[in-house]
Amino acid sequence: MSAAHVPYQLRHRGSPLWLAALVHRLSGVLLAIFLPLHFLALGLAIDGEAKLDGFLRWSEQPLVKLAEGGLVFLLTVHLLGGLRILVIENFPWTGGQKQLATLAAAVSLLAGLAFLARVF
Amino acid sequence: MNVQLYIWQRATAVVMVPLVLGHIVVIFYATRAGMSAADILSRTRGSIVWAAFYGIFVAAVAIHAAIGIRNVLHEWLPLGERRAGRFALVFGLLLAALGARAVAAVVLP
Repeated sequence: MSAAHVPYQLRHRGSPLWLAALVHRLSGVLLAIFLPLHFLALGLAIDGEAKLDGFLRWSEQPLVKLAEGGLVFLLTVHLLGGLRILVIENFPWTGGQKQLATLAAAVSLLAGLAFLARVF
Repeated sequence: MNVQLYIWQRATAVVMVPLVLGHIVVIFYATRAGMSAADILSRTRGSIVWAAFYGIFVAAVAIHAAIGIRNVLHEWLPLGERRAGRFALVFGLLLAALGARAVAAVVLP
C-alpha cells in the first residue's frame, strides 16, 4: 500500500520516531514485569547463599541466558530512549532525531549481543 | 498524567540515568559463566556504598515504574484514571517492598 492510501490518522506510524516511542513504552512495561521477579530472585539470599546458588545454577540454562541478553537490550534501549526524551524536553531542539533513535537501537542491540558473547 | 506525576517521573528518570549506567557496568563486570552467590555476596555484604546505590535505585524505580504503568493502563486499556492509579500505587508499593527486601538480602552482613 502506498503512503497515499494509508489513512492520515495512521501515517505517523511509519515514522522511526513513532517506533522509538513505542519501543520505549514496551521496554518499560517489560522491565516493570521483570523487576518483581528480579527482586524475588535476589531476595533468596535472605535464606542463605545456598538458595541463591541454586537459582544461579538454574540461570545457566541457554534459554535463560538468552532472556538475560534480551533484558540487557531492554534496559539499554529504555535508558537511551529516556535520555533522548529528557534532552528533547529540556534543551533546544536539535535535528537528527531519527538518526539518534536508530543509533540508540543499534547500541542497545550491541549491548545485548556483547552480554550474550560474555555468558556463552 | 498530571503535572506532579510528570515531574516525579522525569525527576526519577534523571536520578536513575547514572544508576542504570552503573548497573549495566556491574552486569558486564560481575556476570560470567559459573558465577556463585559467594562471589556476589562477598562484594555486597556490609557495603554502605552498594546499600546506598541500590537503595536509591529501588526507591526511584518503584516511583518511575508505577507512574509509567499507570499511564499505560489508562491510555491502552479501558481503565479509568482512578482505577489505573490505584493499581499503579499497589504495584509501586510492591516494587518498593520487594526491592528493599532484595537490597537487604545482599547488603546486610
